[in-house]
Amino acid sequence: MHPALQAVLVILVGVGGCVGYFYASNLFLDKVLFPARGPEAGRNINRANMIRPWLFLAPALIALCLYLAYPVFATFWLSLHDKSGAFSGLDNYQKMFAEPKFAESLRNNMLWLIVVPAAATGFGLLAAQLTDRIAWGSIAKSLIFMPMAISFVGASVIFKLIYDTRDANLPQIGLLNALWLKAEGGPGSFLMLRLLPFLLILCLMLGILYVGYLVARPLWAGRRAGGLVTAGRVIGGLVALFLGHELATWLYGIATATLPYGQPQAWLQIPYWNSFFLMAVLVWIQTGFAMVILSAALRGVPEDTIEAAILDGANPFQIFFEIKVPQVLGTIVVVWTTITITVLKVFDIVYAMTNGQWETQVLANYMFDKLFRAFDWGMGAAAAMIIMLLVTPILIWNVWNARKEMR
Amino acid sequence: MDSIAGKKPALTWAVHIAVVALVVLWVVPTFGLLVSSFRTTDQITSSGWWQSLATQESQQPAIRIEGDEAQKDGLFAIEGNLYSGKGGAVSKWGTSSREPEAYAPGDTAELNDGLKLTVQENGDFSLTSPASMADMRLPRVFTTASTPPEFTTRNYTNVISSPRVGQSIGQAFLNTLTVAIPATVIPILVAAFAAYALAWMEFPGRALLVAFVVALLVVPLQLALIPLLQFHNWIGIGKGYLSIWMAHTGFGLPLAIYLLRNYMVGLPKDIIENARVDGATEFQIFIRIILPLSFPALASFAIFQFLWTWNDLLVALVFLGTDNDKLVLTGNLVNLMGSRGGEWEILSASAFVSIAVPLLVFFSMQRFLVRGLLAGSVK
Repeated sequence: MHPALQAVLVILVGVGGCVGYFYASNLFLDKVLFPARGPEAGRNINRANMIRPWLFLAPALIALCLYLAYPVFATFWLSLHDKSGAFSGLDNYQKMFAEPKFAESLRNNMLWLIVVPAAATGFGLLAAQLTDRIAWGSIAKSLIFMPMAISFVGASVIFKLIYDTRDANLPQIGLLNALWLKAEGGPGSFLMLRLLPFLLILCLMLGILYVGYLVARPLWAGRRAGGLVTAGRVIGGLVALFLGHELATWLYGIATATLPYGQPQAWLQIPYWNSFFLMAVLVWIQTGFAMVILSAALRGVPEDTIEAAILDGANPFQIFFEIKVPQVLGTIVVVWTTITITVLKVFDIVYAMTNGQWETQVLANYMFDKLFRAFDWGMGAAAAMIIMLLVTPILIWNVWNARKEMR
Repeated sequence: MDSIAGKKPALTWAVHIAVVALVVLWVVPTFGLLVSSFRTTDQITSSGWWQSLATQESQQPAIRIEGDEAQKDGLFAIEGNLYSGKGGAVSKWGTSSREPEAYAPGDTAELNDGLKLTVQENGDFSLTSPASMADMRLPRVFTTASTPPEFTTRNYTNVISSPRVGQSIGQAFLNTLTVAIPATVIPILVAAFAAYALAWMEFPGRALLVAFVVALLVVPLQLALIPLLQFHNWIGIGKGYLSIWMAHTGFGLPLAIYLLRNYMVGLPKDIIENARVDGATEFQIFIRIILPLSFPALASFAIFQFLWTWNDLLVALVFLGTDNDKLVLTGNLVNLMGSRGGEWEILSASAFVSIAVPLLVFFSMQRFLVRGLLAGSVK
């Protein structure tokens, strides 16, 4: 049968089957099993109402359990078995931790986890705040939001053209190399490639360290708080410290490195930095998402708090950082975690652009490699469990929030 | 609200400039590929897309002289135009690949056997010989010429109807459509019933089930690949359309239930209770009241699911397989990137065919998309 015909048939059968199931099971419940007449009419109605929710839920629940809940356990079980299917305990994990490619993917994933959510949320917040203040803001928003509709693979093609490299004697068709070749080591390129980045990164470093200081300050101010909050503050402080250190090495590099002017660069083959070129793709896609949600949150900030601040003589920057941002902090956290989950699952971009070569491997692609190139299902399952482990804190936090909201 | 503050013109200008910079940064990548997809192969390789409106100076492929010879002043001569009158201005030319820039326009080159060749700036040439050239291999001309900008839609017609197996984007387009539509429609109905039960029916364990759905919302689908592949092999559907429809349905359900439940909880309580008092069954309430009222939420989920199934690569690779006749657009694009990574006229046109439908959906239904995002995240 032709697939398209099959598709139409499946839609008909699926929709018809669903409606038919719900209709028939309801009818059966009300008319045959517990009819609302006869001597036990009252009790029957109650009984039917006890069962009905489960009738409505059954198809969805079965699908959820089979397609998402059961696989978590099955994958864990598989990860304890070797290639031939014999039980091997934690061997797969041991083997995996000894592999340099796994250490590389873990390191890269950490980098992705820090950079992408931070950059996307930051740009999103900036775009949301700026576009809300101008007349043509909605057009600007819709253009920044547009990459959301583009597939990761499509975005990879788009950025591959930007990163394209050709021999020095040929005309460059990649935008990045064309710009790079404009730099020749004169005062212009000193300004654009040394001074400006140095200042920007210096500001970023100081900003991050300041935020880290704000987060960690209550620790030694001696304020009592719950264990979770303390743990969060410690982790926040450490992350800020780590980022500060990383940016400090960048500053050193910018100040001292000799740049290969006049030579086209193969951007995706420079270890360490190529990961950032891949991250740019995801940031480009996710910023629109962050912007839309943060823009709604910013508009929800009560006007009287802003008016009060203006009357007290606050300038626009103070209004933004000290009045608005604290009030949308909850939304920022939601956006951040949502992007974090996307990052953990990122596969298409790396698969399409470098396939993990030149030290760009990430966990999801590492797992795909193990599954469908090495055909080692145990190792693949073990890698998947590591991804699950990284998601788990967010999962618990989400469930905890949802429960709180239900009450 | 910001208008209350005394607006500083300098700051307003700074905001405008910053937004323009952001928008340009976000649009330029896509725009570059779009422009490239309409350029000819020669143009793409000889200059960046940002120069596509300028005339370009570049070396042209060698042109072999041809034409009818005529006798003139005791000499045999062939005259004509190198570019057959299509335009282009010669700045340098030569007759061997070693020295392609030996002569300037208007110069006369003396070749073997007494042949003389003159090439003018507009491409006109005249070749003269003391003997007949009828049986002779005529010389080739290498030119460096500036060509006017040229745009074409041939790239699109080429990729859509490519006869090569596994490279026909037209076939991949149909495959993607076949995957995406059932995978969008089926979860909606299943999820809507479940969401109604979770929102408006009282039963023990309801809160627990909501928490369960929220938890499944973030379970990475990477975990599901192997067990589900085994399961599909076990029930005998293996890799194929049925397999991928079921997988997408399962993976889309948590978001669908969560979005729809959040929306349905917000519906006015009176309507539903009035209907119950009037003796409507739960089934009737659902079909007649809840479904029509939830249309915005249904639409936003449908858009999400459609975009996600259309753009997905991983699920398609695993559950549909990598056979050439079953490739979806994303899979096809990845293959092209590997095998024909330098042929931008093919890649760019293919990429645009694959993102055209999502972009269309996006721009026409942005309202629902934004609403869905807000319902799904800000809670």
